[in-house]
Amino acid sequence: MSTENKTKKFGKQERVIPSSTDKALKYYPAEDVAQPRKSRKTQHPYKPRASLQPGAVLILLAGRFRGKRVVLLKVLPQGVLLVTGPFKINGVPLRRVNARYVIATRTTVPVEGLDSKTLDKVSDEKYFARDKKSDKKGSEEGFFKQGEKPEKKQVSSDRADDQKSIDKALLSSIKKEQFLQSYLSSSFSLRSGDRPHEMVF
Amino acid sequence: MPSEQGHRLYVKGKHLSYQRGKRNTNPNTSLIKIEGVDDPKAATFYNGKRIAYVYRGKKEIRGTKIRVIWGKVTRPHGNSGVVRAQFKHNLPPKSFGAMVRVMLYPSAI
Repeated sequence: MSTENKTKKFGKQERVIPSSTDKALKYYPAEDVAQPRKSRKTQHPYKPRASLQPGAVLILLAGRFRGKRVVLLKVLPQGVLLVTGPFKINGVPLRRVNARYVIATRTTVPVEGLDSKTLDKVSDEKYFARDKKSDKKGSEEGFFKQGEKPEKKQVSSDRADDQKSIDKALLSSIKKEQFLQSYLSSSFSLRSGDRPHEMVF
Repeated sequence: MPSEQGHRLYVKGKHLSYQRGKRNTNPNTSLIKIEGVDDPKAATFYNGKRIAYVYRGKKEIRGTKIRVIWGKVTRPHGNSGVVRAQFKHNLPPKSFGAMVRVMLYPSAI
């Protein structure tokens, strides 16, 4: 609200008193153009703990496949682990898993013969991206489909082929080691008397 | 074969009490006795691990009558392996003596 400038008399002179909007500012910034402060933080690449080497057998602690023993393929730059069952052994497909939800065991599976081309393809961020839902929520089709059972998600043939090509090399090296196959197909669980803080995994 | 074998991926713990002095309790922090843990050095393994207090209600909510209160182990307490924990919502006092699930994640092994 701008009030009109008032005038006041002082002795013989008049003085104009500026209204609140016309007053000179008490504060002027030192620079005309404000510059944002530079951050002193440095971004570091994700460094997994030392026990997470490719080929290590991991125990999944949470999620759909909790308790399963699984082979670590690669540490992805996203900060996440790429893992496979192998699928034929315990039903765990190529999957990404957070390192914090995993116990690394000392057991390793040799991973030399892995198909590196497929591995790079799977390591891409977009490989695991969700498919965008085709129908919008408010559409008529979606409304009519509400009552029907949700269609079972079909595994795309690409995924199945990638799975097979990566597992092929793994399966042959797993079969050479005695008991390794049944070890991977069994699940981990805690039994009575187990103390994880004293266990060597 | 899999259905007979165990599925437990958590360590059993007992909710002993709230953090307290002789005459005052602090319900924000609970004391948990983890099975098999007897000294504070062993208890530091469980620092940061998530805890779930699982209980049942009468009313079905979101398709189930089972309810959970999540929390985490914050630090050891005392000299005998008891551990302090804080939950998203404080545990109800009727859960003193009840079993609490100490998960193995976030894992550091």
